[in-house]
Amino acid sequence: MSLLSVRDLTVKFAMRENTVTALNGISFDLAKGERLGIVGESGAGKSITGFALMNLLSRPGYIDHGEIMFEGEDVVSMNDKQLRNMRGNRMAMIFQDPMVTLNPVLTIGQQMIETLMAHRKLSREEARKIAIVKLREVYIPSPEERLDQYPHELSGGMRQRIIIAIALLLDPQLIIADEPTTALDVTIQADIMELLLELCQSNQVGLILITHDLGVVSQMTERTLVMYAGRIIEAGRTREIINDPQHPYTQGLINALPQQTLPGHRLKQIPGNMPSLTNIPQGCPFNPRCEYATDLCRTRIPEISHFGEVEVACHEVQRLQSNDARREAKA
Amino acid sequence: MKDMAVQSPLLEIKGLEKRFDLDQGFLETVKFKGGRITRETRSVHAVNNVTLDVNRGEALCVVGESGCGKSTVARLVAGLLTPSAGEIYYEGQRIDDLSRGEIQPLRKKIQMIFQNPYASLNPRMTILQALEEPVRHHNPKFSAAEVRDKVTEVMMSVGVDPTWIKRYPHEFSGGQRQRIAIARALTVDPEFIIADEPISALDVSIQAQVLNLMLEAKESRGLTYLFITHDLSVVEHFGTRVAVLYLGTVCEVADTATLFSNPKHPYTKALLSAVPQLKDDRPNHIRLKGEIPTPINLPQGCPFQSRCIFANDRCKSEKPRAIHQPDGSTVACHALEEGRLDADAPGL
Repeated sequence: MSLLSVRDLTVKFAMRENTVTALNGISFDLAKGERLGIVGESGAGKSITGFALMNLLSRPGYIDHGEIMFEGEDVVSMNDKQLRNMRGNRMAMIFQDPMVTLNPVLTIGQQMIETLMAHRKLSREEARKIAIVKLREVYIPSPEERLDQYPHELSGGMRQRIIIAIALLLDPQLIIADEPTTALDVTIQADIMELLLELCQSNQVGLILITHDLGVVSQMTERTLVMYAGRIIEAGRTREIINDPQHPYTQGLINALPQQTLPGHRLKQIPGNMPSLTNIPQGCPFNPRCEYATDLCRTRIPEISHFGEVEVACHEVQRLQSNDARREAKA
Repeated sequence: MKDMAVQSPLLEIKGLEKRFDLDQGFLETVKFKGGRITRETRSVHAVNNVTLDVNRGEALCVVGESGCGKSTVARLVAGLLTPSAGEIYYEGQRIDDLSRGEIQPLRKKIQMIFQNPYASLNPRMTILQALEEPVRHHNPKFSAAEVRDKVTEVMMSVGVDPTWIKRYPHEFSGGQRQRIAIARALTVDPEFIIADEPISALDVSIQAQVLNLMLEAKESRGLTYLFITHDLSVVEHFGTRVAVLYLGTVCEVADTATLFSNPKHPYTKALLSAVPQLKDDRPNHIRLKGEIPTPINLPQGCPFQSRCIFANDRCKSEKPRAIHQPDGSTVACHALEEGRLDADAPGL
């Protein structure tokens, strides 16, 4: 049985004049201990997905319909008590900015011990011992002293390690990490990612990694979802998506990276912008930016079709593949 | 253009230093120490003895992590900050000690593009007003029609529809705003552009659009760039030369191709290895010990010593000098100089 199974998840935002659809019927599964990447640009709906999985959306956002089965229970229909019991305990979230996640007026120890005592019947002493063990797991030097420090006394990398320690405090089955290293420098990012990977692998914890960085996804995950304008447009094994992307948007995203072009040459850019949610084009949401768009693309939304191992939502994917094949045959 | 090769650099930075005082008022500087009242000021050493040249037509990239002083260098060169020590020369003329009036003609030649296109455009001015202002200011003799022609020409060249000219910044997306910010810099026909993280706030597909635009402007207008960034893949693509900064000190300067194929300074190596690559299956980087020290109390000796596995007593006491290497790069590292780098190097 999969750890997490999402079916037709649709999230809407009730605005003053109209209701916009931020997530449009997304479905995916996550096996126990599996690491999944969600990539896309800003406005694609990746963070909303993370929030929806935890049932953390607040007004004006709401889950319109769909199902989120986590360890056999539907997160969408849970009441507040059940949610409180699940969040942090079985499913934990790591956010982008560690300074916003930590309470600035409480010491690290207070925040960790509070979390432990809220979920488990533990004495303060026992909770403190567990906190020290967890801090050691994330390679915080002299954890006993850190417990009595305030977040502002620590560096950004150190804070993010503490956030990871807090996320792992109650041994959750799933960690949702929303751009966990975007605010950090590359050398610190590399350390944090390696730590996260190591902890997920050794404890068999599932990971949903939300990021815009394809390099990070490549290093960290086994499977990847590519999102565009609130939909999943491509899903499959990370290696295959990166080496042989099928959807024109995924191709564009990878080809636009400076590494993919000879230095000093023109980058292969995707024209235009991600549409705003209030103004999503008819048909395939990517069609105004797509060089292969046909009349069909401009009128009908493409269904997800299975294509070997990968799933792609594109009318033209078959034609694109035969083009590729022809090009390869020529070469 | 052949004879340009032997001419002197367009911009010369010599021994540039910038300190920011943390204790501003008199009372803040009074400290009670060892039973006596003393005065002491603490300061952030943002830029320490930086010497760099920028040649005409090149794109010099300054890279480093947050707090390394790269933006401060940009602001010092643009004249937005005054150096604590050192000199800056533009076309042989010293520019860091000019008065407001004296610097005016230079502002036409040196323009700056900032990171955040949301903050660099005045929300109450239409695009037309924002773009016309610098043209009028620097060309007081232009007629209204000439000003308008210039604005239209520049907007076309950055790919923003000139019919949108009456709109306000909030009506544009981030990428379009950055194009407009670039257009604003280009309206006065500058020769030298200082770009401080111009694409960091943008999405990948938009980054490519803006980088292409900057490359085009470089070709068609013969621009010279001082490009500040933390993103090494952008450096490899855009830069002709790279300067790596750590704690306000230059570690390594080299041609882009040389730096990426043969990095020498231990910090450069660690920085390059930390960039996540598409081909990697797992994190695969040189681990540095410790964290970046604060620039308030700079360590004696090499600024990188606290994180460097090659550091020895000499590194802890003596600041390494920048030494020219056979392949044209300049590296400040005792370990390289003494040939200690290649011997037992775990992980390198």
